[in-house]
Amino acid sequence: MANRRSALTFLGAASAIALTAALALPAFAANPVLKIGFVGVTSGPAAAWGTSNVRSMETLADMWNAAGGVTIGDVTYDLDIVTFDDQKDPKLAIQGMEKMAQEGIHYVVGPNVDDGAAAVRPVAEKNNIIYFPYAFPKELYTAPASNAVLGMIANYQSGPAIYKYLQDNKGVKTVAFLAANESDPLSQRDGGVAAAKALGLEVVADQDTYANDTTDFSPVVTPIVGLKPDLLVLSGVAPANAPLIIRAARELGYTGLISTETAQDAAVLKEGAGDLANGFISVGGASTPEIRSDEMVKFIETYTAKFGEYNDESNTKVYALQYIIDTLKANPAALENVDEFKKTIDGFSAPNPYLKDPEAKLSYVGSTSFGQKRQLAVPMVVNEYQNGEFVTLFVGQVD
Amino acid sequence: MEQVLVNGLYLGAQYALIALGLTLIFALMNVLNFAHGQMYVLGGFVTYTVYGQWHLPFPVALVASAVSLALIGALLEKFLFRPVIRRSKRDESTMLLAAAVAFLFDAIILLVFGEKGRGVPKILNGVLNTGTIVIPYDRILVAALAVVFIAGFMAFMQFSKPGRAMRALAQDRTAAQLMGVNVNRYSNFGFALGALLAGLVGGLLVAIVGVNSGIGGAISTKAFLMVMIGGAGVVGGAIAGGLVLGMLEAVGLTVLHAYGDITYLVIFASLMIFLAIRPNGLMGKPWG
Repeated sequence: MANRRSALTFLGAASAIALTAALALPAFAANPVLKIGFVGVTSGPAAAWGTSNVRSMETLADMWNAAGGVTIGDVTYDLDIVTFDDQKDPKLAIQGMEKMAQEGIHYVVGPNVDDGAAAVRPVAEKNNIIYFPYAFPKELYTAPASNAVLGMIANYQSGPAIYKYLQDNKGVKTVAFLAANESDPLSQRDGGVAAAKALGLEVVADQDTYANDTTDFSPVVTPIVGLKPDLLVLSGVAPANAPLIIRAARELGYTGLISTETAQDAAVLKEGAGDLANGFISVGGASTPEIRSDEMVKFIETYTAKFGEYNDESNTKVYALQYIIDTLKANPAALENVDEFKKTIDGFSAPNPYLKDPEAKLSYVGSTSFGQKRQLAVPMVVNEYQNGEFVTLFVGQVD
Repeated sequence: MEQVLVNGLYLGAQYALIALGLTLIFALMNVLNFAHGQMYVLGGFVTYTVYGQWHLPFPVALVASAVSLALIGALLEKFLFRPVIRRSKRDESTMLLAAAVAFLFDAIILLVFGEKGRGVPKILNGVLNTGTIVIPYDRILVAALAVVFIAGFMAFMQFSKPGRAMRALAQDRTAAQLMGVNVNRYSNFGFALGALLAGLVGGLLVAIVGVNSGIGGAISTKAFLMVMIGGAGVVGGAIAGGLVLGMLEAVGLTVLHAYGDITYLVIFASLMIFLAIRPNGLMGKPWG
């Protein structure tokens, strides 16, 4: 009897507390949640590409949520980043995009590679999802495709600029290309070869490839080193592989220039190749100490505090979420209607918070490459690695 | 061509050391250790931490890699593989367990050490350049150490009491037990030794090729390839398989480089034909 009474007393007290809490809740309610998705690779050898995306998004979301949320129209939202690791597998990328659709998400960052980005296209278009791949196939961004927005500078945009710079300033006449035997690096290599030939450079090697899980690159680079090209282009090289290739080439006596059109990480180059990486040219993240704003510095500090170590690739990856939110702010109707988002793209312009230059703007570009604005405008920063850090060679823009 | 042969020999020495631990565990327990590559990666990260981050001497880091992996191997055998082998007569059970351990290690390594590729300061500076051969001194040292470790391992297996006990187990588990060999003790010792070898080579090679959290699966695949070429469960076969694969890679990547990445296509096609003719590999054991 005593037990039953105790139980009833406990039940009553619990109900009273629950009711009080429920009544009191609206006064302390959190903001409604706006979910933004990520589908990309966060495991395996290319994990750095997707991880830098996810961490950039989570850092930015944390910063905004801590400041009270983001206001779109009349409503202030807390951001929730929903992530899916596709393991660089197109089949998993499709599953990831379907998961995003099931959760009612309309804006997704990723995938990170060509075949994944191509695979998710039908799912994204069917479910009214705008996605921001870090992959370069032009058909994703040219009509009739309209749901994909390229999140970075493509190699066929940066490659010609780099080769021209090196041709004019470093006297480069011969080029060799080396690529992993995967769709992204191979397509980037083919684009690079075409761009080099168009500039009148002599391409001395355009078929050399390696398995992406190669650990010792000496046998791979030995034939190329023998050709003594002025420039060795590492097409689409993964950050983990770049220092190993550079080190192998330099140790075998290669003295020419080495470049790539993908973003790299200075800490990884320093640990993996040390001084042998000096002079390595890459398309850096869209930020350097010379051009970055206080907001970008704050982002880097928050990211470093949250994850222990910054990733230079996030200099570019920070932009996607910023663009999504600023475009939604420009047209709140796009929250539930991606056609409204597409309409907003053409005339969209907002201050760029990550650049020191007060005139710098966020806008969508891509008209020249894709015939429509389906690319985020981010600064094209071409870097040279020197003694543990990147030094800016030149900064360009894409139309 | 001299450079290609040197590349092949160097690569082969690395590979042989990687394959030794895998073949030892298979020989002793009939377990296909899919987590071998992850053990290699773990060994690499231990050396990265001890030598690259804490700046302790490289030999200390190597010992740390070897000891920590031996400990992990012993614990895995005692608490996971031994109970499964005792309760299940099906080989698939241990294969699935090994695959699960591989996935678990992948996740833990990614969580603890992050997604970035890691490297350590060079253990020796300078390059030997004879005019026809160019090879950095640190690679010469690593290759020499690999040969010393392989020779030490073979001597241990040949002349020590535990080595003889493990060889007896590999040949006939029941007969060895009847002759008084403590099966549990030496299975545990053998598993630990296999894991130790994986950790040791991971630690050794981090000084040359670095390490990253995602390469465990690829290392395991290559190790299986070597074991298939040499013959499963035979120490000499693992060494031969490693040397053959290293040489095939080095020669193929040079001779076939103008045709794109067909080196591995050729290697795999050749391996299929080879296995059709010699299913036990070069020195495959007729038992087990």
